[in-house]
Amino acid sequence: MNDNTNVTRKPETPASDMALMPPVDVIEDAGGITLYADLPGVPKDRLSLLVEGDTLTIEGEVSLVAPEGMESVHAEVSLPRYRRVFKLSKELDANKVSAEFNQGALKLRIPKAEHAQPRKIEIAVA
Amino acid sequence: MFYRSLFPRDLVSELDRLQREMQQAYEFSPSIRGLARGGFPAMNVGNTPHSVEIYAFAPGIDPATIDVQLEKGVLTIAGERASVLPPQDANATVHIDERFSGRFRRVVTLPDDADPNAVSAKYRDGVLHVSVQRRQAAQPRRISIE
Repeated sequence: MNDNTNVTRKPETPASDMALMPPVDVIEDAGGITLYADLPGVPKDRLSLLVEGDTLTIEGEVSLVAPEGMESVHAEVSLPRYRRVFKLSKELDANKVSAEFNQGALKLRIPKAEHAQPRKIEIAVA
Repeated sequence: MFYRSLFPRDLVSELDRLQREMQQAYEFSPSIRGLARGGFPAMNVGNTPHSVEIYAFAPGIDPATIDVQLEKGVLTIAGERASVLPPQDANATVHIDERFSGRFRRVVTLPDDADPNAVSAKYRDGVLHVSVQRRQAAQPRRISIE
């Protein structure tokens, strides 16, 4: 193999910016959306949740305790970072997002805005 | 595979899976325990001259319910993770369902010099870290020439 072929050329994204996509569950009920994400190996202070406009970004850095001189022989979690981006829809109230992070499992609750709460419409009988 | 991939839409891991399946198809004697990769929990394994370090990425589990066993040189990690999905009759919609739930079990064959009496296991930030010491006799020793 020749290192100078197009195939082996380094990708545009720098290696430090590559991230694994954490698996999520997203469940919607009448009051809002609940999102669960798996971010194993991320301590609480390395987790970042960012709402910018209608974009929600979940990012976490993996921090593992490894003894000195450890040589990796098998790695399924092959990058030290997780990232996932979601578009929020406008009926969700991004200001009222609440989060719990426990043992690498994130639970986010995004309530629907007051005006978007379901309302039962009375049918008047003439 | 019996388990879904831990990172389902990650392109790198998808390519990896493809490569694995190709390998499986062409390999004449695949491991009796199936493919070495994939499944829940995801695992990283590292070596030092004194120990074997196993990391199992199993977030959101009560460590008391994880069963770690070492028998005849085989390390088994087993447990169960409850589903967060609402019951069928609930008034809720599941939009994305990627996280693993249910019973899991993964095994790792340890090298011959692993000492079954010197094992420690810690659970932190959703990662189970098992450290198995190697027997003294197997550690590299410098032999002095007289």
